[in-house]
Amino acid sequence: MTEFIVVTSGKGGVGKTTTSASIAVGLARRGKKVAVIDFDIGLRNLDLIMGCERRVVYDFVNVIHAECTLRQALIKDKRIDTLHVLAASQTRDKDALTKEGVEKVLHELRDDGFDYVICDSPAGIERGAFLAMYFADRAVVVVNPEVSSVRDSDRILGLLASKTRRAELGAAPVETHLLLTRYNPLRVADGEMLSIDDVKDILGLDVLGVIPESDGVLSASNSGVPVILDDEASAGQAYEDAVARLLGEQRPMRFLDAPKKGFFARMFGG
Amino acid sequence: MGIFDFLRARNNRSATVARERLRIIVAQERSQRGAPDYLPLLRRELLEVIRKYVNVDQDAVDIHVERDGAHEVLELSVALPEKAATSVHVA
Repeated sequence: MTEFIVVTSGKGGVGKTTTSASIAVGLARRGKKVAVIDFDIGLRNLDLIMGCERRVVYDFVNVIHAECTLRQALIKDKRIDTLHVLAASQTRDKDALTKEGVEKVLHELRDDGFDYVICDSPAGIERGAFLAMYFADRAVVVVNPEVSSVRDSDRILGLLASKTRRAELGAAPVETHLLLTRYNPLRVADGEMLSIDDVKDILGLDVLGVIPESDGVLSASNSGVPVILDDEASAGQAYEDAVARLLGEQRPMRFLDAPKKGFFARMFGG
Repeated sequence: MGIFDFLRARNNRSATVARERLRIIVAQERSQRGAPDYLPLLRRELLEVIRKYVNVDQDAVDIHVERDGAHEVLELSVALPEKAATSVHVA
């Protein structure tokens, strides 16, 4: 059984690609056969985050237009055998993606015995975002604790409930999860940032994971190593927890509390 | 938080403001979700017609589509000004 998981958000810059890369790695290093697809036609970036940008020969649109085989376009990860990347096209126009074309590629991945296909959605609610979510069985909605991101996420939740194939067929709804990223416990404690409970409460959904704001995310993208592979980074550990929960494991939330301040810091607001 | 931050802190709960604003806008947008696209225009045109006869507020016309089993009900309510002391309700 292949599971199609869309990573989406509505708003840009919240961490969709970082999340797609880390979830894909997290699943693959558990031995699952995983493909991660960049749906952001014209703005390819997943390859950079995955560290395979110089190995892209064929892309998603080439496969759809039958200019190469799927096998030729899939880039095998150098770290994990069971992980494959399908890059977005850099040059073609956005209309290059069609529902039939996407379906053909996804079905081929299914027939090839992939366990998971992670669809990295572009920002917005245009064609690319629509097609990334259309065939999804599950959705990870990435949200920052910030007003515009929360509002856009709710809009996406509405689309997941009405504009997907599952919705059109009247099948079981897409299973949706919230993933809170760029969480800063210190600012939450100071009342300057929405808390995990605020976001849960406003959107009425449970949270799959909370990824703390962490220097590790930037250095991971700088070096093309998905942050989940950085065991030292709090963000990497939080992604590892999120992947475990995605697979049904129970794990307590970490990194929700602000570091305790010392006596002098408390007295003088250091 | 230091002793000098004590007074500042009281007015510094922007997260609370964010939460309340989001609660309201998300609830409002959810209530309109899945409703036909023509509703806002219908509402505006109705308001224009009503205003030819009665001087009502901008937000006097309220339109909802309710699903009731197999059929949909377009619920329209118009709040007339105080003096008229009545409210027309069509369902």
